Amino acid sequence: MLAGVLLLIFLPPLVAKDLCKDSQDGFKVRLSIKTALGEEAYDWNESEMFLFRSTLAYAMRKETKNDTYDITNILVCNDTPRVSFMFVVTSPGQPDQLIPKEQVEKAVRENKHRINNAFLLSDMTLEFLGIPPTLSAPIIYDTEPWLIVFGVVIGAVAVGIVALLMSTVSKKRRAKEKAAGLSEEDEGIVKENGTALSSFGGKEGAYNQAFSNDDRFTKL
Amino acid sequence: MDTASEQERPKWDNKVQYLLTCIGFAVGLGNVWRFPYLCQIYGGGAFLIPYLIALVFEGLPLLYLELAIGQSLRKGSIGVWHSISPLLGGVGVASMIISLLVGLFYNTILAWVLWYFFHSFQEPLPWSQCPISENRTGYVQECLASTPVNYFWYRQTLNITPDIEQSGSLQWRLVVCLASAWSIVYICFIRGIETIGKAVYVTATFPYLVLTIFLVRALTLPGATDGLRYLFTPDWALLMDPQVWLDAATQIFFSLSLAFGGLIAFSSYNPKKNDCERDTLVVGIINSATSLYASIPIFAILGFKATSNFNSCIDSNILDLTNAFDVTEGNITMENYESWLTYLNSTDPDKVSSLNLKHCELQSFLDQSASGTGLAFIVFTEAVIEMPGSQVWAVLFFVMLFSLGLSSMFGNLEGVLTPLLDLHLVPSWMPKELFTGLICVFNFLVALIFTLGSGNYWLEIFNSYVGSIPLLVIAFCEIIGVVFFYGMKRFSDDIESMTGRRPNLFWRVCWMGISPIMLLVVLVAYIVVQVQKHPTYPAWNPEYEKFPESEVKPYSDWVFAICVLLSTAPVVSIPIVAVYRLIRRQTRPQTGSSLPNPYDNQAFSTESFKAL
Repeated sequence: MLAGVLLLIFLPPLVAKDLCKDSQDGFKVRLSIKTALGEEAYDWNESEMFLFRSTLAYAMRKETKNDTYDITNILVCNDTPRVSFMFVVTSPGQPDQLIPKEQVEKAVRENKHRINNAFLLSDMTLEFLGIPPTLSAPIIYDTEPWLIVFGVVIGAVAVGIVALLMSTVSKKRRAKEKAAGLSEEDEGIVKENGTALSSFGGKEGAYNQAFSNDDRFTKL
Repeated sequence: MDTASEQERPKWDNKVQYLLTCIGFAVGLGNVWRFPYLCQIYGGGAFLIPYLIALVFEGLPLLYLELAIGQSLRKGSIGVWHSISPLLGGVGVASMIISLLVGLFYNTILAWVLWYFFHSFQEPLPWSQCPISENRTGYVQECLASTPVNYFWYRQTLNITPDIEQSGSLQWRLVVCLASAWSIVYICFIRGIETIGKAVYVTATFPYLVLTIFLVRALTLPGATDGLRYLFTPDWALLMDPQVWLDAATQIFFSLSLAFGGLIAFSSYNPKKNDCERDTLVVGIINSATSLYASIPIFAILGFKATSNFNSCIDSNILDLTNAFDVTEGNITMENYESWLTYLNSTDPDKVSSLNLKHCELQSFLDQSASGTGLAFIVFTEAVIEMPGSQVWAVLFFVMLFSLGLSSMFGNLEGVLTPLLDLHLVPSWMPKELFTGLICVFNFLVALIFTLGSGNYWLEIFNSYVGSIPLLVIAFCEIIGVVFFYGMKRFSDDIESMTGRRPNLFWRVCWMGISPIMLLVVLVAYIVVQVQKHPTYPAWNPEYEKFPESEVKPYSDWVFAICVLLSTAPVVSIPIVAVYRLIRRQTRPQTGSSLPNPYDNQAFSTESFKAL
């Protein structure tokens, strides 16, 4: 009788261990706490394992929409100092039946983000071997940043070119006005005896006023 | 009256502009990405010996020659060579064609630099991680097989085809960057040296500022001393190899940007009385000093990169071991890695060998050298990712590369513009701004070939075939032309009138003997070496079984024909013009323009008219 009672008490964990160890439906989990957190790394102990089992139970609940999942349904074995172990999930109704791999995988994938955050880890540091991480969606920009920088540069250059061309045009216009004698300024001022010959409007040479232009054609 | 005063030759605002422009032209991308590489593969400090010998006996004499003839004859390359001897007019034409061709591909490199610059503002840097594949299950395969940096360069920038025969299509992103590069060049070049002279205040000095910043940063990085030691440790045995001397001679030659006609053009805008001997020494020495100065931060950073690669190699091995043997995290470290490995190997060798641990050796990472675009866009960008504050360093680096290249572009374009202006090929109604604009637009349209999928392969062809043998041929003709056709005595007289003293024995010995012989030897050796290797090119082919290694493919016949054409077409103008003039001289003997004008009463100089 006593033997029977003892067997009954010790059977579930033994069975549980067997379920976990030999199972095809289990996953190996690996945590790299020191890599992720460095100085602020926490120690891995029973309480942390408790948290892990409860988050997995939470994931199963969410996935199957079955609120009967409990921490006792998550069985863990092969605990190593690496902080890696195997786990399996048993069905809440029938404790000796395991949930198939695909379902567990789905549950984990859907809730990976929550599981990661519970442990302050990431996809790289909390690995479920065999379950590929869901990569975050690529950032889609409205306008790619490089186009913005390009726009700024090309805008500045265009303004510069226009400015230079305008200055050339206005310089040419001023030169034209000068040549036509409209401007009072004369750059090629020829100074003779201190007198500026500006009234001649840009004509080069020294004009000798003693020699008038009236008698251009010498009379015979 | 002297109507030439209306079309007065433009001149530099001050001496500083002129010197900065020449220095900017000489100091280019090659100083940053070719010289450090050569230093590394040719035994570090030992390479400086052939390099300095080549500088003193080949580089400086040729530089002095070009600056002197430009300053005394006051014309661009075509005019100068026509003045020296009409038979040599082809030399100027060849220089102009080469400047044009080099300008085409050089600005495409600047377009690539701009592309990287635009992307350096992104967080995280786009070349630091692989993009996710379309169905979001993993990363892009091509990227995983190679590295994110390689993927970004070959696929997202160039979108390169696996073969030069497959042209692919025009990459609009590169077209846009090429357009910006040409616009920036245009705005600086718009009025010739008037605007160039102002632009060089920034473009010639900014690289030195950035190099100094990098120097300070690089020396504080871990692993910098490994890189520097690797660079400068001399390996004297390599000096026996003639290839080292050949490369030193060609490096100094291309580094000083000789034979492009650009230096002649720049010095032709100088006042007649200018000490070009001192200018030569300044430009030549600063160019070589810059090469040396640039190699220090480059190699410090490469040493840092090698160390980081080595560390991550060891780290990945440690992770593999930790995971396989379920050892507590952090027990295996860099320091005790070796002892752990031997221990685990003795307990369970099969498991250890099944892990396929990588073989990590610092020396092999240091040996991964690169030059050219490989250095800038692959090696350096990878190093920048590891540095804290990557965006800042990336932006600084690419702006530095851009200003280095931009100041060299000015020389290339002046080598094209000045001869055209001197030949009065520009219609008088066309303002200079329009003409320079047309040159830029023309260059942009032709350079679109480099934005095709196979553009990088074509650029390499242009780089190796245009920018090498033709320049050596032209330089040889230049020195022969001045020494034998113009006459050493006449040349010395010109120099005396410009600088106030005759060139001393060293210069004369170099010009008449050492430099032509050196050039001839280098030219022949270069041709011999080129002819012996069957021309091949490394292709980026994702389908290749040994991918990510480049597949070495031979050039097909029509491509090779183009290569030969590119090497010979620029220089073919030299014999053509010579033969043409000889024939004309035979059929119609008349006084050449190089003979003095019998009506020129040298007591009465035209310049004195302006004083009235």
